[in-house]
Amino acid sequence: MATEREPPPLGDAEQTDFRELEDGDDLFISTASTLESSPTSPEPASLPAEDICANSNGPQPAEISLDDDLEDLFAEATEEVSLDSPEREPILSDEPSPAVTPVTPTALVTPRVEPKTIFVPAMFERSKEELEEEANGDSFDMEIVVSDPEKVGDGMNAYMAYKVTTKTSLTIFNENEFSVKRRFSDFLGLHSKLATKYMHIGYIVPPAPEKSIVGMTKVKVGKEDSSSTEFVEKRRAALERYLERTVKHPTLLHDPDVMQFLESSELPRAVSTQALSGAGILRMVNKAAEAVNKMTIKMNESDAWFEEKQQQFENLDQQLRKLHTSVESLVCHRKELSVNTAAFAKSAAMLGNSEDHTALSRALSQLAEVEEKIDQLHQEQAYADFYLFAELLSDYVRLLTAVKGVFDQRMKTWQKWQDAQAMLQKKREAESKLQFANKPDKLQQAKDEIREWEGKVQQGERDFEQISKTIRKEVGRFEKERVRDFKAVIIKYLESLVQTQQQLIKYWEAFLPEAKAIA
Amino acid sequence: MMDAGIEDNSNHDFSGYDVRVTDAAQNGDTFVYVIKSQQISSDTEYRVEREFEDFEWLHHCLLTQEGVTGLHGIIFPPLPAKPGTSLSNSEAKTKKKIESLAMVDDWQMYCRALEEYLHLVTAHPVLVKNPAVHSFLKHRELPLKTKVKKGIFNKLTQAVEELRKEHHKDIDDFFQNERDSNLTLTAFTKAAVEKFLEIVLTEQKIAIACGHFSTALHLGIGQDDDPADYAFAKMCLKLSEVLDTVKKNFEKVAENDLNTLGFNLELHSRFQDAEKEMLFRRTCKLVDVETANKNLGQAKPHKKAAMEDIKKAADKEFDEISGMAKVEIQRYHRERVRAFQKALIELELAATCFCCSSTGWLSLNSSVQNNYIQNCTVWN
Repeated sequence: MATEREPPPLGDAEQTDFRELEDGDDLFISTASTLESSPTSPEPASLPAEDICANSNGPQPAEISLDDDLEDLFAEATEEVSLDSPEREPILSDEPSPAVTPVTPTALVTPRVEPKTIFVPAMFERSKEELEEEANGDSFDMEIVVSDPEKVGDGMNAYMAYKVTTKTSLTIFNENEFSVKRRFSDFLGLHSKLATKYMHIGYIVPPAPEKSIVGMTKVKVGKEDSSSTEFVEKRRAALERYLERTVKHPTLLHDPDVMQFLESSELPRAVSTQALSGAGILRMVNKAAEAVNKMTIKMNESDAWFEEKQQQFENLDQQLRKLHTSVESLVCHRKELSVNTAAFAKSAAMLGNSEDHTALSRALSQLAEVEEKIDQLHQEQAYADFYLFAELLSDYVRLLTAVKGVFDQRMKTWQKWQDAQAMLQKKREAESKLQFANKPDKLQQAKDEIREWEGKVQQGERDFEQISKTIRKEVGRFEKERVRDFKAVIIKYLESLVQTQQQLIKYWEAFLPEAKAIA
Repeated sequence: MMDAGIEDNSNHDFSGYDVRVTDAAQNGDTFVYVIKSQQISSDTEYRVEREFEDFEWLHHCLLTQEGVTGLHGIIFPPLPAKPGTSLSNSEAKTKKKIESLAMVDDWQMYCRALEEYLHLVTAHPVLVKNPAVHSFLKHRELPLKTKVKKGIFNKLTQAVEELRKEHHKDIDDFFQNERDSNLTLTAFTKAAVEKFLEIVLTEQKIAIACGHFSTALHLGIGQDDDPADYAFAKMCLKLSEVLDTVKKNFEKVAENDLNTLGFNLELHSRFQDAEKEMLFRRTCKLVDVETANKNLGQAKPHKKAAMEDIKKAADKEFDEISGMAKVEIQRYHRERVRAFQKALIELELAATCFCCSSTGWLSLNSSVQNNYIQNCTVWN
């Protein structure tokens, strides 16, 4: 079926790709409406699908209005499923869920080859449960693993290459299991493409993990200490979570960039993601300009829902930040405990060695061993505390920034609409003035301009309605996902706590006979 | 309860004591400890209030008592370090180094340390006979309580010019071995105490951090109208409960650690020091003996008799000390091993017991919580 794809030797191949794609890069960064498939894409099989998808400008309006109704229908279905606790668990965990029949939304695939309208009735054909699960974004049977961080290159040009493995039974992909090598800037590039395409129409695009100049420099320089391995591990986990979140979004999953990212062995290098590049500086300037603009837009909010939501998210943001600080301090102390326990273990061992009384000596050595094991346990618990909580919290803080961004986009859209209306008004006034001045050709021009601006006003209004609708849906999705994510993490945390306690018991119980045997 | 009238040496009962330090109250700058004691042979219970100075007085009396052969061969039970005021406690905490139990902000531990001291004194076959012990335990006011200078104890330990005597080679292998092993053990025990107390401190810090986390989870709980927020809030509350348990767990663990192994290690660190002091005293006596011998050899005939007497006195004292020391050392080791065993077993039992109960709570609640949290996502 598909051609054999092997990750090419990253060293030279990347460079050549990059050079070839100087123009291709710009194409990707441009807006969605002019999206063209990459000239160097090695996937002839999926090309037609991409072409057709490219014609559609993101989400189709028709599908959205029906989605809302469908969601109401599935309200009860949602309740039923969530009460079945054991079934939900495998869905939430990262492993592939054998208990749940894989939902292959084959119907979802067909619209890509046919005109848009078919999408709607196709959904009705599928079973209620399947659709509800798909609407929840739960088990669409796709597993992404980011693994095997490998240092490539030397010195300051070195970078970490991560292996991205996808296991899926979705037919939009050519194979069921495939893996590619990606570096961090590739992820950033993917995010920037998605953000450009989707943020301004109201989709919450999951933010990519943060850059860290200090962390990466340590890795590049080759420091093989625990902090750099921890950094790499942290980043790996963050990248995995980022991809999982991105593909959970039904629209983003079908985005050609995302699919290309997951499938194609070679990817044009996203240079403009570098912090200190020209594009990077341009981005910073733009962000500053946007921030200023935001302050000056005073919007007439006709829908209280948006205001409430914004306030709510503001509060949530505060809360999450505070929680994050607490968790970090907890993690810090746990690490300290682990260090201290290890130090004591050594101390006890030395004491045991210098002790004359044999039984006491042995007991003390045993104690030292127990304490060492406990130290390991504390380290693992710290890991659990950290990865389960702190990372999730910081993910959500960044996600909330994306949410806020989407609300801001709505304001901008509204502004554009208002501006168009103002312009239309001016044109109308100009036209009425010209009517008295009796200049026929200018009048005609004025009438043409009026028509043009009327069109723009209508478009502006439509855009505004659309973004509002999208945001509502997205926010609903976000809320559900938020509760799900936190629930999963809390359950895992509880389980790890229980496990730690049980292990502690085992260790101490093993120690008792030694202690008793002293005298 | 004044017993001054009945108290006289002939009525002294040397049977065992049951001593408890039950309370500590702050009286201005100092703490006052309530000591209750009862002799096993009698029914009368005595209750006195003592300050730390009184303990120092008792210790001084024991060290300087007369009429006991081989007094300097006794390993005197060590007195706990003087309790700091709250100011020095916080200083110690900022120094991040714990050197004695007095710095761990826990008056109960300190009372226990004092109680242990009194136990050791009253359990010692020789020391318990000292009338000062009786006065201490029974009299409201201590007789002839002169303000004991703090520096007086240092005289019995090492004066600077006598430092070199410490390394003086011993004539007896038993004692030489004992001195060597004491040296190593002291260093290691001190290190172990320090590290262990740091563990306890960190455990307490974790407990506090859990508390903060738990409180932070309570923030933002207010708006009930939004279903997502409501579910989220419920989850946070549940997690907050769990964290409270974790916090209590750590507090208990820290307390337990301190009560068992921490206490034991610290006590024996001080005991090692006491043994060291005793061995040093003996070594000094040994040096005296050798000096006397040398002087005798070098003495002019008319001084020979005097020198002979001195030598005989020194020899006698040295033999007495060595005799007492041997007994004391063997007793000390027996007690030490036994106490260590007790501490380790207690540590283990309490740790297991507590882990069991919290595992029980956590796993019981884990399944309950799972269902609870599942239900949190039901909304529309």
